[in-house]
Amino acid sequence: MQLEEDVSPILSVSGVSKTYEGGFQALKSIDLEIARGEIFALLGPNGAGKTTLISIICGIVNLSSGEITVDGADIGRDYRVARSKIGLVPQELTTDAFETVRDTVAFSRGLFGKTKNPAHIERVLRDLSLWEKRDNKIMTLSGGMKRRVLIAKALSHEPELLFLDEPTAGVDVALRREMWEVVRKLREAGVTIILTTHYIEEAEMMADRIGVISRGELILVEEKAELMRKLGHKELTLHLQEPLSGVPAGFSDYDLSVSPDGSMLTYSYDTNAERTGIGSLMRRLAEEGIRFRDISTKQSTLEEIFVNLVENRA
Amino acid sequence: MNVTAIAAIYKFEMARTFRTLMQSIISPVISTSLYFVVFGAAIGSRIQEVDGVSYGAFIVPGLIMLTLLQQSLTNAAFGIYFPKFTGTIYELLSAPISPIEIVTGYVGAAATKSIALGLIILATASLFVDLHIEHPVWMILFLVLTAVTFAMFGFIIGIWADGFEKLQIVPLLIVTPLAFLGGSFYSISMLPEFWQDVSLVNPVVYLISGFRWAFYGTSDVSIALSLGMTLVFLGATLAVVTYIFRTGWRLKS
Repeated sequence: MQLEEDVSPILSVSGVSKTYEGGFQALKSIDLEIARGEIFALLGPNGAGKTTLISIICGIVNLSSGEITVDGADIGRDYRVARSKIGLVPQELTTDAFETVRDTVAFSRGLFGKTKNPAHIERVLRDLSLWEKRDNKIMTLSGGMKRRVLIAKALSHEPELLFLDEPTAGVDVALRREMWEVVRKLREAGVTIILTTHYIEEAEMMADRIGVISRGELILVEEKAELMRKLGHKELTLHLQEPLSGVPAGFSDYDLSVSPDGSMLTYSYDTNAERTGIGSLMRRLAEEGIRFRDISTKQSTLEEIFVNLVENRA
Repeated sequence: MNVTAIAAIYKFEMARTFRTLMQSIISPVISTSLYFVVFGAAIGSRIQEVDGVSYGAFIVPGLIMLTLLQQSLTNAAFGIYFPKFTGTIYELLSAPISPIEIVTGYVGAAATKSIALGLIILATASLFVDLHIEHPVWMILFLVLTAVTFAMFGFIIGIWADGFEKLQIVPLLIVTPLAFLGGSFYSISMLPEFWQDVSLVNPVVYLISGFRWAFYGTSDVSIALSLGMTLVFLGATLAVVTYIFRTGWRLKS
């Protein structure tokens, strides 16, 4: 008999708002559902509410209104069930100092009510290249190693849903790539991952879906593929020898614009389209005697989409 | 009940004690020995018996109480304050554990440590003076009740404190004077009547008096009153801890 795939969301956030004492509204009626096994990237500028949202889901901050369930368990009423499914890697490097790596990870497992399982702890430490450091005191480790210890602690109780709050902030490129590898492995093991990041590249590399949060509002949730389609948008800019007063007549088939001083002509096109129209545009310009000194192209990045979204809201 | 979590916190806190063995155990023993040398031998030999007990033996319950109060208070306070200070409290708050389980872990460890210290001091004292304990069961009961009560009090201070200064201020400025003035080194009955009445406002008087009664069968206040007051303090700390977790005061925003 084949078991039916569980399609209910692993995390459901509905109408969640948070107003801190003093009146600052950090979150405004957030609705979000996370599917099992996906990697969801939450993007947003500093102070947008990313960490507040994660902290509420994990039980560190009280919510003002709304409802959150983790695998169907309410985070308030059934907090034991809900929390036992969650692993949290916080943004700050908050570790103990004098404990050994193995002890601190075993402590985390105990805190989540799981009986000892040295084999699991060893697997986690090996996966995170921490096994060699297992008997070292945490205070002797580098920043990158401490970050791994935090991940190991979060994985110690075999969570189904893992929060990575800026996992690669302040981490060098090599370690960042290793972290991505760890995330990939976790995903293969069936763990659902929600990560917040400032690195758009990271979201592009890792995520299945991307959410953008700004000023406490979730302003966009989209499949990464859809966003990447928008990324196909590209601009070709011609630096003209003679300024133009406007888009020349007869070029209405092309998506052209002229800079205010007339020195640049910009053509917007879709790289995914069958024909980009660049060749014909060049020929037409030559026929019309419009000459140029230089050429540049520019692709809109996820970062620009993100910045535009946030600025438009501002 | 997440017993595994309680055990994890307890073990973690006890490991901290063993890492700092010198500071945790040896230093209170040395300072107590010094009290014996100064008050017991040097000065005590010139003081007559108090309530039929030699002065050296008379101060033993008070000295144990003094250490018990300070140690259970500072250990529990530091135990919960440090995760707040370093930020590792996130893990406690996000774990599937109830407030009562957190308190049991921290208070249990702090109380265990201070009770062990109390017993070590008792053993050290027996090297200096002749000791007999009339009511050993009551002695243990008072030891445990007082350790738990002051560990709870310390836990509250650890949550309240938002800096190291506040962490130190209560043990230094409140508990130590109350313990000294609560009859550690004298019987309340030795004071002028006015100061005897004033002393009765000091909660530590009831703890020391009850504890001394367990040793020698004599006390400043009745044993029922001592036990009753101890239980009232315990109840009060329980009520405050319950309030803290219900509201998330100083723990959750």
